[in-house]
Amino acid sequence: MIAQLSLSGLALRRGGRLLFSQLDLTLGAGEAAALTGPNGAGKTSLLRAVAGLVATEAGSIGFGDLDPVSARAQAVHLLGHQDALKPGRTAREELAFWSAWCGGTAASAQGASERLELTRLLDLEVRRLSAGQRRRLALARLLAAPRALWLLDEPMSPLDAAWRQAFGAMMAEHLAGGGLILAAVHDPLPIPARDVEIGG
Amino acid sequence: MSRLARLLARETALAWGRGGGPLVAVGFYAGVATLLPLAIGPEASRLAAVAPGAAWVALALASLLCLDRLFERDYEDGALDILLLSATPLELTCAVKCLGQWLAAGAPLALAAPVAAVALGAEPRLAPLIFACALVGGLAFVFVGGVGAALSLGARRGGLLTAVIVLPLFVPPVIFGGGAIDALAGGLPWSGGFALLAAYAAGAVALGPLAMAAACRNALS
Repeated sequence: MIAQLSLSGLALRRGGRLLFSQLDLTLGAGEAAALTGPNGAGKTSLLRAVAGLVATEAGSIGFGDLDPVSARAQAVHLLGHQDALKPGRTAREELAFWSAWCGGTAASAQGASERLELTRLLDLEVRRLSAGQRRRLALARLLAAPRALWLLDEPMSPLDAAWRQAFGAMMAEHLAGGGLILAAVHDPLPIPARDVEIGG
Repeated sequence: MSRLARLLARETALAWGRGGGPLVAVGFYAGVATLLPLAIGPEASRLAAVAPGAAWVALALASLLCLDRLFERDYEDGALDILLLSATPLELTCAVKCLGQWLAAGAPLALAAPVAAVALGAEPRLAPLIFACALVGGLAFVFVGGVGAALSLGARRGGLLTAVIVLPLFVPPVIFGGGAIDALAGGLPWSGGFALLAAYAAGAVALGPLAMAAACRNALS
């Protein structure tokens, strides 16, 4: 369980361009931060750096008492622009695989699919789902496998108004349970969150 | 079911469907095997002499066919990111992906290899060795080919690049396997060539995943 995410003096360079430097952020259990900034400011890169996919130029990323390797292996969910779903597989197969891969159980996957109202869609191939339904299937992974730190990249963009609100409630529950959320957004998050402006 | 067993089941199913899967690979293989006698001439004695070697080279080409999408789809749709955020080391994940590819495409090709060789005129007594070579060699082709597929991630026309990277690395298994089959056909001891082929495959299985994981990490960063 991650109790704290701390970024100190963080700098990121992509393709020879310095995106930002001297970024400090400390996020405790139950807190959320919304990363804002213009396109290309480095929001996605920051999330990928926290996930360990992108090397940092300077500074450090700490996960409280956990070392980064085990934190990323057990306690970090990354939801990117892409939903990581294969068009030819059924929703049920994809949800079962990803929730098990991230450490969930069959029962928790079932619960998540009910919560996201996916039960009727589970036998469809992913290619038959709309963008919003695909995103809900990807979100089900977050609920099915409990991991403390959620890294969300534009999580709400394909969702309709009702589901944005519903996902807001899910994020609030995650925070209430001691979770942490770092989200790159253009629209404000429907939960209380610290604003962190990147770049500019 | 453990996480790795689930991954293997998923990868095998994906490889089975990827670009037509085993049907396309075996179909391509049959096509190359049919073209050969048209080019070489229908003379049975001439064909019989080249049949085992031709079947073996065609196999190497056919196993290239399904490789290019091995990592590319996961790279494009973000699945590789999530596969990385796991207690399972990426090296092991890559090895399981290759194993799934081998089960879905390598094994059907190994079944087709002796059939093609005998159809071209090879002696039927060579068939078991050709099957064994194709099975073991297929493992080497996949694990070496996976390195090429991972290295060409993010490149335009990655499939072509994969072939150019990988073909030189296919030289040793082609020589060892072809040598073993040739030796048996000539009544010589064949076990040396087969042992070298198996050693190359074992080396590829052991070292390939390290290179694939490094290449994947590099492509993502």
